[in-house]
Amino acid sequence: MRLYGIDIASRLMLGTAQYPSPDVLAEAFRRSGAGIATVSVRREAGGERAGATFWDLVRDLGVTLLPNTAGCHSAREAVTTAQMARELFDTSWIKLEVIGHADTLQPDPFGLLEAARILVEEGFNVFPYTTEDVVLADRLLSAGCEVLMPWGAPIGTGLGLTNVYGLRTLRAQFPEVPMVVDAGLGLPSQAAMAMEMGFDAVLLNTAVAKAGDPAAMAEGFARAVEAGRLAYQADPMEPRDMAAPSTPVIGKAFLT
Amino acid sequence: MKIIVNGTATEVRSETLATVLAELGYGDAKVATAVNEGFVPAAARDVALAPGDRVEIVAPRQGG
Repeated sequence: MRLYGIDIASRLMLGTAQYPSPDVLAEAFRRSGAGIATVSVRREAGGERAGATFWDLVRDLGVTLLPNTAGCHSAREAVTTAQMARELFDTSWIKLEVIGHADTLQPDPFGLLEAARILVEEGFNVFPYTTEDVVLADRLLSAGCEVLMPWGAPIGTGLGLTNVYGLRTLRAQFPEVPMVVDAGLGLPSQAAMAMEMGFDAVLLNTAVAKAGDPAAMAEGFARAVEAGRLAYQADPMEPRDMAAPSTPVIGKAFLT
Repeated sequence: MKIIVNGTATEVRSETLATVLAELGYGDAKVATAVNEGFVPAAARDVALAPGDRVEIVAPRQGG
């Protein structure tokens, strides 16, 4: 998988938040085989040095870092956050989140597009966290985004793909654009489904971090992503309503 | 002068962003900064602050 000119070996992307401990986080990443880790920037107190500790931890994971603008509710806020993240993580990659609704954490399509335009202009490689809206997707691509990250379901819900029709339409409209289903996945089967539909990768965090055994769940997702990708490449059969015997009818013993 | 640092009113003696960071114990910490909602790159921290300025100081953290 190639994203903004970088080859990424794994189609599973993993968040770094909410793990019970740094050791569990590291073990989950090891078993997931994830090639990309999402990170954030947050306030630090004088003398705290928590940032340096976390920086050492994620650097040791040996994965590509994708900073986010989580929690931003305006284009201005997201742009400033992206600029701070670029300096801190030394990368032009940014997972752009501009949230428009408190209960669903749905992206604000207007603020998202505005921020994407500014950041592309400033040389960022923007990964917009978006909905399945094809018009918005088209505008984001026109603004210079080369990857799209449509939501599966609202962040942290674990509901899976709540609008399969919308996601299928989005996938079909832009077959050449790398797309990552981001947010809302709770189970490996849901990740497999996204991959079977032809999405290029999935990004999750809560489903792994909040599982009873995060490392085992990470490996479960890794296998599901691989299985789903293989199925997509294998060109699945067409479903049908009526039964069709799989065992040959000819040659059956005549016993009545 | 009194400025706002990460949302908290703070009395500082220093006059520039760089010297305020040193005064508040950030020293060589891995942080990025913004003043009045605008990003200030590390190379531009010699900028003078004014009373009431809103300073944000952030560091790498966990994210999804």
